[in-house]
Amino acid sequence: MPTPDAEIIVEDPTAPADNSLPVVATRTVDMITSLLLLALAALFCFDNWRTGIAWEADGPQPGYFPFYLGLILAGASLYGLVSSLLTRTGPAHVFLTRDQLRRVMQVFVPTLLFCLLTQWLGLYLASFLLIAGFMRLIGRIALWKSLLTAFLFAITMFVTFDIAFDVIIPKGPLEGAFGY
Amino acid sequence: MEAFGLLLHGFTVLLTWKTLAVMMVGLVLGIFVGVLPGLGGPNGVAILLPLTFTMDPTSAIVMLSCIYWGALFGGAITSILFNIPGEAWSVATTFDGYPMAQQGKAPEALTAAFTSSFIGSLAAVLLITFLAPGIAAFALRFGPPEFFAVYLLTFCSFVGLGREDKHKTIISMTLGLLLAGIGMDTVSGTLRMTFGWNELLRGINFLVAVIGLFGISEILLTMEERLALRGHTASISLGVVLRVWRDLPRYWVTLLRSSAIGCWLGITPGGAIAASFMGYNLAKRFSKDKDSFGKGRIEGVFAPETAAHASGTSALLPMLALGIPGSGTAAILLGGLMVWGLNPGPLLFVEHKDFVWGLIASMYLGNVVGLVLVLTTVPVFAAVLRVPFAAIAPMIVVSCAIGAYAIQNAMFDIWLMLLFGMVGYVFKKIGIPLAPFTLALVLGSRAEDAFRLAMIGAGGDLRVFWSNGLVGSITTLALILLFWPLIGPLFERAARLWRLPRGSRAA
Repeated sequence: MPTPDAEIIVEDPTAPADNSLPVVATRTVDMITSLLLLALAALFCFDNWRTGIAWEADGPQPGYFPFYLGLILAGASLYGLVSSLLTRTGPAHVFLTRDQLRRVMQVFVPTLLFCLLTQWLGLYLASFLLIAGFMRLIGRIALWKSLLTAFLFAITMFVTFDIAFDVIIPKGPLEGAFGY
Repeated sequence: MEAFGLLLHGFTVLLTWKTLAVMMVGLVLGIFVGVLPGLGGPNGVAILLPLTFTMDPTSAIVMLSCIYWGALFGGAITSILFNIPGEAWSVATTFDGYPMAQQGKAPEALTAAFTSSFIGSLAAVLLITFLAPGIAAFALRFGPPEFFAVYLLTFCSFVGLGREDKHKTIISMTLGLLLAGIGMDTVSGTLRMTFGWNELLRGINFLVAVIGLFGISEILLTMEERLALRGHTASISLGVVLRVWRDLPRYWVTLLRSSAIGCWLGITPGGAIAASFMGYNLAKRFSKDKDSFGKGRIEGVFAPETAAHASGTSALLPMLALGIPGSGTAAILLGGLMVWGLNPGPLLFVEHKDFVWGLIASMYLGNVVGLVLVLTTVPVFAAVLRVPFAAIAPMIVVSCAIGAYAIQNAMFDIWLMLLFGMVGYVFKKIGIPLAPFTLALVLGSRAEDAFRLAMIGAGGDLRVFWSNGLVGSITTLALILLFWPLIGPLFERAARLWRLPRGSRAA
């Protein structure tokens, strides 16, 4: 019989505080999204209007469906925009607090850098840097553990995809030096 | 019993060392994915999809579906031991599962969860075995108008019956349909919405979008929350398993009811979450001892788990028989089928018998193997949660990137994945549902092709959608479902008016 106090505990010292200052309200994001969708819908409608939106003898022209879908999208976004403009109830619902933004950026920025690096260095080297860097700088995990994990992961990926499964992955100068 | 013979044939396709190995790998990966925070069924399947690109289709689908079963099993582990539902449909499992773990009955709760998952899946697989060939044979007579009507029904039922704000569902769906239209128009060969950009000629790949929407955005959302967790460890002994199984027949009504609810809601689009809650609530309502629910009652684990898995599995029925996925994960599996050049739908049962019956046989075998695997290895997987998220997050990002790239060998797709990750993050936070988007993106061009072929066949006459009883009733049903939010209240008012005179006469 296992004892109920045999527990797994994982701490999160850098967790976002509950009283962190709000950065942006949900209503604002709602409106920005609606506006962006409206612009996108207009762009799509215009392009499809150029392609042709008429109904010919044997059915619609290629632009017909996307054009009217664009109109529906525009209508729904407009509805969303107007309804979020009209609601003014109580304290604004917070979309993101400052602490949360910090945490989200902690993943987003490295991911962005990783994508950029993949273009120049190839995916394996970029993933080694991403994992080692992320574990060391954001996770504050011991340097040797970070480097070892990243190295093993990159090697495993290489063996799995390039050797075992023949999936072609972007490569850079390092792989080139080894003749791949 | 033609189905039975074909199923036996399916088992012979399956019982090779290679397929069995693939099955085990899929299950282990799936349980991992289900246990890890910020990943679940659809994300796991989407991220691990590229692993299967170079396999033959049967091994590939066996692996993917086993990842899915594994993820479903894994979700129960975190719900019970940590009170963290891995998926929305595991929420109901925490109601009684976590209290049981707190009382030191975690092994019993886990055994109950795994066993009922197994029973739910089994019920759904039986349904698929005996119903899918019939439906597919019937659908073989479908022409483009019928297919368009079925697609329309799927789209409309999402808008009309979804619980989210209607305009948000519509935004999500039209956006998906529009993005599906980017690239070369398959009927006329015209380029649409590419804005002279070469990268867009290929169109927006469904799987790239899914990896971004579910994988990347989930990492962002998970990071935003407090990641501290405390939970119980548990290891399951044979004695516990036998004890729970001995009591199993006492709950046959609950199991049967939840299986039925799950199967029904799984076939209709978007029902897995509703199924688990409904299974739980009905078990509570019909129980003689309602108050003990929520305090660690084993029936409260049986009911939602059976329903959730029955619905998760039966969602594959419309995908196999009609080419219409019943859930997000089924949509991703459908995307996978297309990558291997298989065209999901009724013809699959005729042209790729080995594949279909291999898949169905793998559902039986995968669930049996999965059950044994989770029962024996729970402590290992519970310990996975000790691994810091800072190590897991970048690995998931890399897996997503590999997945996105490998589909079309395009760097552009990695950027697209990042963009969809941001879109998914914002959409989830402001309550725009992603399921209609996923469905629209995967079905969009098929629906449009069906419509335009129907139009060419009928000389541009819209009445073709009411040209016979079958297509007419499907189209009408679709329109009724679309306007259900408007029609429903009218019905209620009419019913009230009708009841009122009767009531006054009685008085």
